[in-house]
Amino acid sequence: MVRDLAVRYENFMALEGANLSAHFGEALGIVGPNGSGKSTLLKTIAGLLQPSAGSVCVLDKEPRELPPGTIAYVPQIEAVDWSFPATVWDVVAMGRFPRLGVFRRFGAEDRKAVRHALAQLRMEDLSDRHISALSGGQQQRAFVARAIAQGPRVLLLDEPTTGVDEQTEESLRRVVRELVAGGLPVLMATHDLERASDWFDRIVVIDRRVLAIGTPDEVLKSGAYAAIREHTHTHGHLRTDHESHAGHAAHPEITR
Amino acid sequence: MIEHLVAPFHYAFMQRAFLTAILVGVLCSTMGTYVILRRLAFIGDGIAHASFAGIVIAYLRGTNFYLGAGIVAVLTALGIGFVHRRGRISLDTTIGVLFTGAFALGIFLMSRQRSYSVDLQSFLFGDILSVSAQDVLMIVALALVVAIVTALLFRSLLYTSFDPVVAQASGMNAGAIEYVLLVLIALTIIISLQAVGIILVAALLVTPAAAAYQLTNRFAPMMALSALFGALCAVGGLYLSYYLASASGATIVLLATVLFFAAVGGKQARLAIARRT
Repeated sequence: MVRDLAVRYENFMALEGANLSAHFGEALGIVGPNGSGKSTLLKTIAGLLQPSAGSVCVLDKEPRELPPGTIAYVPQIEAVDWSFPATVWDVVAMGRFPRLGVFRRFGAEDRKAVRHALAQLRMEDLSDRHISALSGGQQQRAFVARAIAQGPRVLLLDEPTTGVDEQTEESLRRVVRELVAGGLPVLMATHDLERASDWFDRIVVIDRRVLAIGTPDEVLKSGAYAAIREHTHTHGHLRTDHESHAGHAAHPEITR
Repeated sequence: MIEHLVAPFHYAFMQRAFLTAILVGVLCSTMGTYVILRRLAFIGDGIAHASFAGIVIAYLRGTNFYLGAGIVAVLTALGIGFVHRRGRISLDTTIGVLFTGAFALGIFLMSRQRSYSVDLQSFLFGDILSVSAQDVLMIVALALVVAIVTALLFRSLLYTSFDPVVAQASGMNAGAIEYVLLVLIALTIIISLQAVGIILVAALLVTPAAAAYQLTNRFAPMMALSALFGALCAVGGLYLSYYLASASGATIVLLATVLFFAAVGGKQARLAIARRT
């Protein structure tokens, strides 16, 4: 899926030599400290950034060549203007727009998809509420509901659990596992390592390059996980000392 | 009362003026919804001023002003989009650079003439009473183009206004949609120039939509309310200017300003009542 990927922002190399793949019916956690390239990786897979080297292949195509609605991307919630005149229903309904194109009407099937997405996130009671009146956790759930309403074939989540309460986190985890059980590949960036094994089938540890990839247990044993955990807990971010990670980078990719 | 309402319609030029006012009011305030929500308030002012260069060039060449102003306005709109995206320069800076440059070109060309007609000045302040039958046809045709494209792209414009990044990730071409919107805004401004003039057209783009934004928290009602406010201000302003013998463009914009403050007051009153209950 991602081969020898490098992404550069002007003079800054955000990601280099990244290789990884995700499978249908799998939740892949992307773990790393702040500035490690998690969001860059997701944005590149979503087709929002162009690789400066290497390639991204989603369902045998480059992301920008995919039919509308194929990839659903859930960014961090600060990214939009929450005073925009829209209710929860309106935002979730937007998930249907890419597939409808210019001429198709928003019909019964679309309304059903929106209701279903709201129900999965247990947000039916909030559907008429203006988005500015939602808590941070509810806003995050509305974004995830919009992604589900889209009916994507790949779901990308960028740190959806940041700043949300435990109940919302558990609700999101349950939804992700349901989607994965339904066969959807889910790639999710997170710096929360505590419950990685509850969320993900595999995790990839990155710090501008892939340090390790495998099941949570395998990555835990590789040492890369421990280094991340130590640095995220004690310093807030990991040193970008790639020399010291050479051993982890050489860790063989484990695919199922 | 009825007599006063009907009296202006005895004149053909007033009939054309009312038709133009309604079209301009509805169109400006509908597009104004996107202008407000995408924080493009400065762009209306910018494109309107830039179009002055096109008006002067058309005047000097003896061609239709819609053509001259239209070409310059659309090029400026596309230029703003291009420089903003490719040059990594903030939108307000881009607009500031391009519109002043184009406006200066218009003044430069005008100043090179030994004598210039006051007709050019009428574009600065607008003169809705001078709209000819041919102008009305042109305005109707352009308004139809803007309305049809806006209706077809309604969902794309809405989604990319709220969340352009996610819309792009889900397969929409947010960049192309932004360019189309800029062209639609440019055309709307060209349609409105004769009615309210370069100086005041930005107000008609922004004020009715800003008033509507005070009164609703959903997009489609905001757009409908904005169009209604735009039409009411245009028609009401024209009536007032008829009886007060005032400049039509300025009267329309003043009425819209009053409506905006009434909407702000209405919202504050509603919030105060809600707090008490």
